[in-house]
Amino acid sequence: MSRTRGPVAATGGRGHGVRAGGRGPVAAGIALGGVLVASLLGAVLIGPAELSAAEVGRSLATHLRLDLLLGPLGLEVEPLSPIRDGMVWHLRAPRALTAAAVGAGLAVCGVVMQSLTRNPLADPYLLGLSSGASLGAVLVLVAGGAAALALLPVAAFAGAVLALAAALGLAGALGQVTPTRTVLAGLAISQMCSAAVSFVIFWSVKGDAFREVMSWLMGSVGSATWTSVAVTGIATLVLGTGLMLCGSILDAFTFGESAAATLGVDVQRARWGLLVAVALLTGALVSQSGSIGFVGLILPHAVRLVTGARHRLLLPLSALAGASFLVWADTLARTVFAPRELPVGIVTAAVGAPVFAFLLWKGRSRA
Amino acid sequence: MTDRSPSSPSITPGRLPAGQAPPTSAPAAPAPAGPGREARHQPQDTGLAADRVSWGVDGRLVLDGVALAAPGAAVTGLLGPNGSGKSTLLRAIAGVRPPDDGGVVFDGDDLLRLGRRARARTLALVEQDAGTDLPVTVHDAVLLGRIPHRSLLAGPSDADRETADRALERAGAAELADREVATLSGGERQRVHLARALAQTPRLLLLDEPTNHLDVAAQLHTMRVLRTLADDGVTVLAALHDLNLAAATCDHVVLIDRGRVVAAGPTAQVLVPEIIEPTYGVSCDVLRHPRTGRPVLTFSTAPVPGSVH
Repeated sequence: MSRTRGPVAATGGRGHGVRAGGRGPVAAGIALGGVLVASLLGAVLIGPAELSAAEVGRSLATHLRLDLLLGPLGLEVEPLSPIRDGMVWHLRAPRALTAAAVGAGLAVCGVVMQSLTRNPLADPYLLGLSSGASLGAVLVLVAGGAAALALLPVAAFAGAVLALAAALGLAGALGQVTPTRTVLAGLAISQMCSAAVSFVIFWSVKGDAFREVMSWLMGSVGSATWTSVAVTGIATLVLGTGLMLCGSILDAFTFGESAAATLGVDVQRARWGLLVAVALLTGALVSQSGSIGFVGLILPHAVRLVTGARHRLLLPLSALAGASFLVWADTLARTVFAPRELPVGIVTAAVGAPVFAFLLWKGRSRA
Repeated sequence: MTDRSPSSPSITPGRLPAGQAPPTSAPAAPAPAGPGREARHQPQDTGLAADRVSWGVDGRLVLDGVALAAPGAAVTGLLGPNGSGKSTLLRAIAGVRPPDDGGVVFDGDDLLRLGRRARARTLALVEQDAGTDLPVTVHDAVLLGRIPHRSLLAGPSDADRETADRALERAGAAELADREVATLSGGERQRVHLARALAQTPRLLLLDEPTNHLDVAAQLHTMRVLRTLADDGVTVLAALHDLNLAAATCDHVVLIDRGRVVAAGPTAQVLVPEIIEPTYGVSCDVLRHPRTGRPVLTFSTAPVPGSVH
């Protein structure tokens, strides 16, 4: 956390240090972008198998066809041995990129859900979207067939939408929709979906079922491939960019829905459009990574301490910070107890749960 | 108001004093608003006119064919007991909760047909007690008022920031600019919401209990702000609880009860015991302010003649 906040915090104090329109936001964006690139390179370099920076560079240069550029300059790029090259290009690179895309996407989803529901505790994981998406994905995988892989994101999206509808419906049925009720309803839905995921996997998977269960429930980018990079990357770029362009609309929701309406926002359309986009994005991410908790919760809060609630800054900076955060969380998950590997959700929960407790404590008067 | 007898035929006649204009037709010229202020002459088609506005929930009519007029460049007070439908009426006019039936016209434009953003550039609504848990500074909160004036993709311009600064100053909240909204007192927050509405540069300003939470000096300040806005040509319609604030400031008042207009017209003609007593179920005497000459109302709980329990 302090890692991702460091470069931004330097530009100003709490709340309004970064004045909109000044150089602060741009500098913060560039700094966080730099941190992300460095994090990605670091994640590819770090691991149980020692790979030198030169080897990584050679592998990347080969695959990115940089030799076509470098060749005429007289620089020969010698390809790596297939095993070492595979480690860079087929294991670590897609894994780091998937983590970055998932982290960025989840952080954006968290910002949108928190602002839209005006609930500082809202995030796709807490409100059951992630578990719902996991359930959808697992059901399709178990049903099997050639179409399963293509249907995976669609099924995850359907699961996310159903879980979101169920959580909001349940919160509404409990009475006035308060932040605490929403979270409790979300937890109920989330637990139900998680139990269903576990059941389906234990029922159908032969052999090492628990590992499979854990990777869906706690989240993991351990089996990421270039397909995962494509699905999560495109979803984050397209939907995440779309959501980022809605900064002014989310700003208008600061003082609630009728305040948004008097600022000229079509409240119903905006709310449902944004929620569906969040469910779509969550579905795409979860279909590749399982449900990773707390990224969407804590990153927006951390970035808000610096930017305030101005979404035109908050959304892109949260995305960048979330990407770096998850890249490092995943690097920790696979290196701390190497050769054993933790689901990345354990790392994010270890950081996120205390933050969640703190937020609950801070908001105790509102419950 | 709970001990008020249900509306009975015996008190309905006489609610409108003789010569009271029906609420739909606004007086062509505002009543003399007070010594030292020149009454403005407004053509009849400026200002706000709502006609037969109805809005119900669960089969219960909260607004039952409300017709009211708020003349241009004047302050109109919207009065009525708790639960009479004041807030609902303001929201219906603002298009936040469009009415089930009826029309709302402002300066010749049909407000309900106007596009959302065009409407947001025309009118602003200050609601009661809108708070936020998100860390947003006062200056940024006031800047929200500029959203309808720029592309949704654009950020606030320097001109927007200037407008926000002026709005803060005008609302008497300039010194709060760098505070966080969540740390403000109720009264300070109220001034910030007024500033946010002013930043919208509306021609029609709707306010729901703008003096709630305010101490007496702040109440008078807020009402003075509304007065100067009206003098600058803004049409102001404010729901007020305090009848004496209305008596001291408003050019016109509209009194509603249980979703219907009870009386409307120049302040001095509506704030009379014959109208106030049956509506609020209190005994009321009207005095003259020794310095301004405007009505001052005093109340007592003595049973209203004619509605003996």
